Amino acid sequence: MSKLIDPREGVRVLLMGNEAIVRGALEAGVNVAAGYPGTPSSEIVQNLADVAGERNLYVEWSVNEKVAMEVAAAASFAKLRSLCAMKQNGVNVASDFLLHLTAAGTRGGMVLVACDDPGALSSVNEGESRHFARMVEVPLLEPGDFQEAKDMTKWAFELSEEIRNLVVLRSVTRMSHASGNVTLGRLSDAQPKAEFKYDGFILDPLEGPVVSAPVPYKHTLQQEKLKRVREIFEGSPFNTYAGPEKPDLLVVTSSACTLYSREAIHVLGVKDRVGLLKLGTTWPLPPELLKRHLASTDRVLIVEEVIPFLEENVKILAAETALEIGAKTFFGKNDGTLPSIGELNPDLVAAAIAKILGIDHVAMPPDYEKKATLMSFAKAPNRELTFCPGCPHRASFWAIHHALLMDNRLGFVCGDIGCYSMAALPCGFSTLKTLHAMGSGAGVASGFGQLHRFGMEQPAMTVCGDSTFFASVMPALVNAIHHRADLTVVVLDNSGTAMTGFQPHPGLKVNAMGGDVPALDIARICAAMGAKVEVRDPFQLEEARGTLIGLLEEKGVKVLIMRQMCALSPEKRAKKKYEVQVDEALCLGETCGCNRLCTRVFRCPGLVWDKERKKARVDEVLCAGCGVCALICPAEAIRKEEVA
Amino acid sequence: MGTQTLSKDPFNIIITGVGGQGNVLASRVLANMLVHRGYDVTIGETFGASQRGGSVMSHIRVSARGAWSPQIPKGKADMVVSLEPVEAIRVMKDYGNEEVRILVNDRPIYPVGVIAGELNYPARDEIEGALKDLSKHVWFIDATEEAIRLGNPILGNVIMIGAACGLGILPVGRAEFAEVMKGSLAADKLEINLTAFDLGAAKLAATA
Ligand code: SF4
Ligand code: SF4
Repeated sequence: MSKLIDPREGVRVLLMGNEAIVRGALEAGVNVAAGYPGTPSSEIVQNLADVAGERNLYVEWSVNEKVAMEVAAAASFAKLRSLCAMKQNGVNVASDFLLHLTAAGTRGGMVLVACDDPGALSSVNEGESRHFARMVEVPLLEPGDFQEAKDMTKWAFELSEEIRNLVVLRSVTRMSHASGNVTLGRLSDAQPKAEFKYDGFILDPLEGPVVSAPVPYKHTLQQEKLKRVREIFEGSPFNTYAGPEKPDLLVVTSSACTLYSREAIHVLGVKDRVGLLKLGTTWPLPPELLKRHLASTDRVLIVEEVIPFLEENVKILAAETALEIGAKTFFGKNDGTLPSIGELNPDLVAAAIAKILGIDHVAMPPDYEKKATLMSFAKAPNRELTFCPGCPHRASFWAIHHALLMDNRLGFVCGDIGCYSMAALPCGFSTLKTLHAMGSGAGVASGFGQLHRFGMEQPAMTVCGDSTFFASVMPALVNAIHHRADLTVVVLDNSGTAMTGFQPHPGLKVNAMGGDVPALDIARICAAMGAKVEVRDPFQLEEARGTLIGLLEEKGVKVLIMRQMCALSPEKRAKKKYEVQVDEALCLGETCGCNRLCTRVFRCPGLVWDKERKKARVDEVLCAGCGVCALICPAEAIRKEEVA
Repeated sequence: MGTQTLSKDPFNIIITGVGGQGNVLASRVLANMLVHRGYDVTIGETFGASQRGGSVMSHIRVSARGAWSPQIPKGKADMVVSLEPVEAIRVMKDYGNEEVRILVNDRPIYPVGVIAGELNYPARDEIEGALKDLSKHVWFIDATEEAIRLGNPILGNVIMIGAACGLGILPVGRAEFAEVMKGSLAADKLEINLTAFDLGAAKLAATA
């Protein structure tokens, strides 16, 4: 049984932040959950889906984040409790609906879990979701440890029902993907019946229609709800203070930065001088609590990641109450005490505190640091990201790269988000030349496809994954076809949302809960829209490349679907199709024509260049047995043999 | 083989390696063993790049006093379990000190830059020399080779966990390992995992 549905109250277990959020939702009696995969949020919906049967939930991977939020909202309107989870970029996608939703209000408890990725550890930007709470005027909660991740999620549903509006819970990678001990609470046994009431008075929040009109009335109501939230937050146990009554320096923080700040104070040994005000409720700020603490000192350091959101809000409050609390010196991102980009860690916070207090702090003896740094540069060769051994994308981009070279018109590829974003790197032969949001490759290429009238002769191409196709490429494709753009679309169909761990999508016959669902056929959809469609296996390199060269020469919108399962898909893992070996007698290596084509250019990690022997070799542990390198080798030195 | 209490609180362990090596799973197993003994454990890990050949590192903070930062402060590692040789060198820049215990799986995984001939991968004795220059306590273990002999290279991680326990400075050992694995493995797989654990533990018990 999953520990997430362990019925034993009071037991302490090790949970990942995302699992703690899931447990909190289950203790709150969540009924419906929806989301779209995106690191670091994906485990939330996935884990809920895994226990959907036992807990009688409905859980889906929606086609995109906006639809996920709409699906979760419907449950709330029918007086159920619902959760939607997404990474920060997804909140952008959902934000149009978010504004409408929060203006109209909710019924059953509804929580949006937004997971940010400071430092862009697994993202292409450092987007930030906290400001959405301020923008759409709803409460924001930020857990500061794993226990809180659970407890706060549970409470978020109650708060949402108290004010009849959405509550945003914001996590970050170092919370979502870190783990810690959590004491379990009681699982809910509520079994509510869904019913949507709509024929009450228009202003009735529970029985009238769900609309944001009349706007002056509803907007006023929304702001009154926020005032109520402010009062509730004044007494919240998620806001804590540790330190002396009159600290030399007050550190105000939230989220994973709580753990960094606590550790920094410990490392510096300054707990008698520095106070730590840890806020779990970061919007709207509870003014009385802040006033009390700000009045106790005249130096304040605000510790947070990405934009100075907390810093600005604290400063506004301090300005408004300056006569009561006196003048303060603020330290944080705005004055450069803390870096304004990237994620924080205990050392950065310790350095900031040490600087403010004038403490000499040496984290590592300088001699040792110098030696270790030199050693690391000289002896630990950099590990560039690359496609997995046997990844179909490597083969697809090999075909694309060579087709574009042979086409000889300086064609290029517009990309978006997925494992295939890495095709901007040498592992994808640096094929991607633009890289933006989900679906943007097709949109941008649709625009390029109109520029021939200005003398542009370069053919425009775009790639997208199968999950992305459904999420956001379809509207761009409609646009391109309708406006007669010239463009070639390559759909890298690897049967799943590989980057985030194989969540199903509308092209597959199975849903998040393991149920049978109809699969939508990308090829037929594109054909119905009016595109010319071809389907190829990228492992058949020659054929794939030949098809692509043909398509590049045609006008209009052409779609090539490269169909081959991801190397890590559960069906493929640990099952080699081919046993692959290099025949040393035939390997030309450096001595002749090929100049190590396989290892120098194709660069599959399953291939190794043996410096001493001056021969290529296949690493039997890493090789996934796809057999593609055997097609690359001009000397036919790489031999593949089908595994029985 | 385990000690009664923590020799330091928090005790900081780094498990490092390359995406795809099973790093995250290895850190979960070790962490759960410690949770089993009643400790508070915080694990910090970056696994966005874990399937794609990048360096992957888990930080395990063991304490009797609650949650710590998921990132170990600079220079404060107490033990490094490196599933790949040069990854051990890489972590020393940020977390190393002369007393840190370093356990190294002897099997290189070459970065693409090395495969492509753009970068150099140091020879085994160069790696050993570098590590011994940075710490007084370094052990090399042929974990992947032994694991292949046992029938599955992924058991290399279990051998490394066994070795870490074999050092005798962690408050956990075979009993906790068996307990944790029982919860997550089919019975027929348990035995081979225990064999791998013992093999690793024996390698260190002989030298430590
Ligand atoms: S067969 Fe060749 S290309 Fe395929 S995974 Fe093995 S080494 Fe890489
Ligand atoms: S295996 Fe083939 S491509 Fe690789 S070095 Fe030898 S001849 Fe060249």
